Amino acid sequence: MADEKKFAGYICTGCGIGERLDAGQLETTAKRDGKLAEVKQHEMLCGKEAIQMIRDDIANEGITHLMLAACSRRAKVEAFTFPEVAISRANLREGVIWLRPDEDDNRETTQEMADDYIRMACAEVKYMNKPVPSGEQELNKTLLVVGGGMTGMTAAVEAAKAGYPVQLVAEEPELGGVWTDLYKRVPFQAAAKDVPNGRDVDLPQPEDPGVETLAAEVAANDKVTVHLNAKITKTSGAPGRFSVDIGTESGGTATENVGAIIQASDYKPYDAGQLPEFAYGKTPDVVTGFELEKLAKEAAGGPIKRPSDGKEVKSVAFIQCAGQRSDKEGHLPYCSGFCCTESIKQAMYFKEQNADCDATVLFDDLRTPGAAGEDFYRAAQQAMVTFSKGKATEVVADGGLKVKFKDLILDEDTELDCDLVVLATGQVPNVGPDPYAQLAVEEAEDEEEKAKAQALLENAPPSILNLDYRQGTDLPQLKHGFVDSHFICFPYETRRTGIYAAGPVRRPMDMKQAMEDAVGATMKAIQAVENAGQGRAAHPRVGDLSYPTFRKEGCTQCKRCTVECPFGAINEDEQKYPLFNESRCRRCGTCMGACPVRVISFENYSIDTVGQQLKNVEVPDEFEEKPRILALACENDAYPALDMAAQAGEELTPWARVIPIRCLGSVSLSWVTDALNSGYDGIVLMGCRRDDDYQCHFVRGSAMAAERMSKVGDTLQSLNLEPERVAIYEVAITDTKRAPQLINDMAETVDKIGMSPFKF
Amino acid sequence: MTANQAMIENYRNSFLKEVEANVEEGEWVKMCMQCGVCSGSCPLGKFWDHPPQEIFMMIRAGKRDQVLGSDSMWMCTSCYNCIVRCPRELPITHIMHGLAHYAKRLGLVPANQPTAKFAQKFWDNLMAKGRVNELKLGLSLYFMNGFGEGVKVAMKNQKLGMNMMKAKRMNPMEIMGGHAVQDLSGFQKAIKKAAELEDARIAQPGG
Repeated sequence: MADEKKFAGYICTGCGIGERLDAGQLETTAKRDGKLAEVKQHEMLCGKEAIQMIRDDIANEGITHLMLAACSRRAKVEAFTFPEVAISRANLREGVIWLRPDEDDNRETTQEMADDYIRMACAEVKYMNKPVPSGEQELNKTLLVVGGGMTGMTAAVEAAKAGYPVQLVAEEPELGGVWTDLYKRVPFQAAAKDVPNGRDVDLPQPEDPGVETLAAEVAANDKVTVHLNAKITKTSGAPGRFSVDIGTESGGTATENVGAIIQASDYKPYDAGQLPEFAYGKTPDVVTGFELEKLAKEAAGGPIKRPSDGKEVKSVAFIQCAGQRSDKEGHLPYCSGFCCTESIKQAMYFKEQNADCDATVLFDDLRTPGAAGEDFYRAAQQAMVTFSKGKATEVVADGGLKVKFKDLILDEDTELDCDLVVLATGQVPNVGPDPYAQLAVEEAEDEEEKAKAQALLENAPPSILNLDYRQGTDLPQLKHGFVDSHFICFPYETRRTGIYAAGPVRRPMDMKQAMEDAVGATMKAIQAVENAGQGRAAHPRVGDLSYPTFRKEGCTQCKRCTVECPFGAINEDEQKYPLFNESRCRRCGTCMGACPVRVISFENYSIDTVGQQLKNVEVPDEFEEKPRILALACENDAYPALDMAAQAGEELTPWARVIPIRCLGSVSLSWVTDALNSGYDGIVLMGCRRDDDYQCHFVRGSAMAAERMSKVGDTLQSLNLEPERVAIYEVAITDTKRAPQLINDMAETVDKIGMSPFKF
Repeated sequence: MTANQAMIENYRNSFLKEVEANVEEGEWVKMCMQCGVCSGSCPLGKFWDHPPQEIFMMIRAGKRDQVLGSDSMWMCTSCYNCIVRCPRELPITHIMHGLAHYAKRLGLVPANQPTAKFAQKFWDNLMAKGRVNELKLGLSLYFMNGFGEGVKVAMKNQKLGMNMMKAKRMNPMEIMGGHAVQDLSGFQKAIKKAAELEDARIAQPGG
């Protein structure tokens, strides 16, 4: 920045800081070591009066950089918001006095800790600049909805209601998608509150599917533009400025600019051809649940006819979990979560029409999600649908149909004759190719894994979004091909910023859930549009204005940033330099941690803002017997865990110096090397849980870090240091006892193996 | 055609429907969701051939002979644990008694089923004088399984009997026929009428 920098420091003496620490000395440290010209103390820095004082100083003195020494950076965030300046915070309350016992013996080490945090905050702020939006951002309120099923239509209607125009793209010639053939739907509402738990009470029944009504609503909505028989041939840009080419059947292409995208491509019915044991394909009288809806729709309330000879069905058997919840080759390993209520509903089709028709549901676990679920199950029992806990093994078709099954209550192999068999088959997510399929082939550890990955790559479905991204054409997948993200902490989020997944493409679900999902994803898309319009980050660093930039002259075009970005935010330009798209960026800093030549930085977070902090800690010489332990703690889980440990009165070793980082993925190996060279005795890295059941807020950051740190052993070896001096842990936000303990353990380790020889 | 054969004809394909129509509270059987809480709650469950959950499943599976010929429902002591705990609020105890009663009606009670035998003795004893003759009922139970065993049991309880007599809790003279209710013929008429009504009800389709 060309403008002159003016620094000021403020030290709070409230919340016991003044009593426990020598504030005068802290001020001296800030002035002498921190080189701050102006340092003020206040007994309640977050109070109205002090905030006004800081505001006045900024206005009158032209302060550009603030060092606030008070509580954790996670506390009093609102009070300490000064958008016009760069701010660093020294954590004296949670970070020092609350984690240390209030005893005379400890006064000296506690004060040293606080002095160091002041030095660190002063060093940090020197290398920070106030983040400002890049100017690249645009506000485009139009949303693109991909998929014309109930999910997509709901998303479109909800967005329109909120005042956001929608471009809806559907592959089919009409709206409705996979739900078009539905005769009736599972009821959405439970029985009335005052209905008792009896056998002859008023319970919810199958109801009108509502697909046509919603389709009409979409068609009539002037904020929604519908493209039928259409496919997306290219998506480029970033949130706020996506450019989407929509190809129509006639060969024409329309280009639309949209702010955010909702992928509601729903599911594909599982291919029952893989179930020869149930005679599917051998006789037309074995159908899937999806096919039965068609038969019921054709019957239109009359008797449902057998496909083979057109005779009325007098007995029907439903086989639950057909090709699902099974680890057999070609089967789905998961529960599709919608088929139990679907079969209940379909069994009632038969009973509604002819009470004497025998309808038997062979189930293992009957799962009835949704408000109406259990009541609906009871409604079918009222109608005399027979529910048998049994596992079907085979359907024999010779003339009639015979279902062989094991009765799991009576523990016997038995069989049942019927006219029609309905297989409750599952949902397969309707997704494009996995963008990391190629990578999976390259990274396969053995031949078997490689062959599997290769098969996946070769049998990849056609692309849905056709993203013009460095990292592939479609949304990354999590488990079993679903494009889910962390399902508890951040549903709808995908690893492509501004593109949200809704409905069964995210995880298997029924219609009601899919419609609720659509509302959620729409809200997220609207948020993304509004944030992108102001250059602000989306989840989890919502509102962050900083974005990564790189020093082009230092870049070696190694491509590690473009490959490792968990969000595919970085493209490559013609000269193979990285091309940052900050609206796609989540600001995790994984690119910064990846860069071997350290040219990537954010205005307020860089190699220097952390590197200078750790270098400005005073490392006493070996003979003082005061080791120093550096803890790099992820700001999402580990740092809050330490704050909460402080609130809970846990104790932390006085040798620890904790630096919050955006994600373990942003940790540069140079920080570790610098710390070891500066005489630190131990380093503890704390990130979120990684890999399959990850909790990393940036999905891959923690895993990337673990991989990079596996090479830290070489560094230690070259310095002739013990490998125990660097430890990397997965810490959850609930680990309030464990988080400080891990650092204390390192202190004990140092006690055992001795101090680092690199002190000077 | 026996009553049993008639029922088989009527409900050839659905034992569940037969139970619905003929067994007291049988309409509830279809509402069982097979959670097994009843079986787990039954204090005598481990002595039953088929605990209630299984009985309900067998009814749906059409296992007519095994259910009605079963010893299980006769094992119910009416503790009502199952009724209290059933999440679907099925009157399980009543259904068990209903099934026992229906089996008895059709003559399908297993031979020498002790509960059934006791019930018959109790009924016969009650019918004679319109009240239960405890001395006779007790003695008939002693000798239920033969003379030798009856003597043995009687000797074993000798002291208890003497004490009861001393305390005037038992009158040995009751062995001579015993005393009746005030209006014995009225009582018998009422019972006869009730039996007629019951038979008429059963004779109706779906009785």
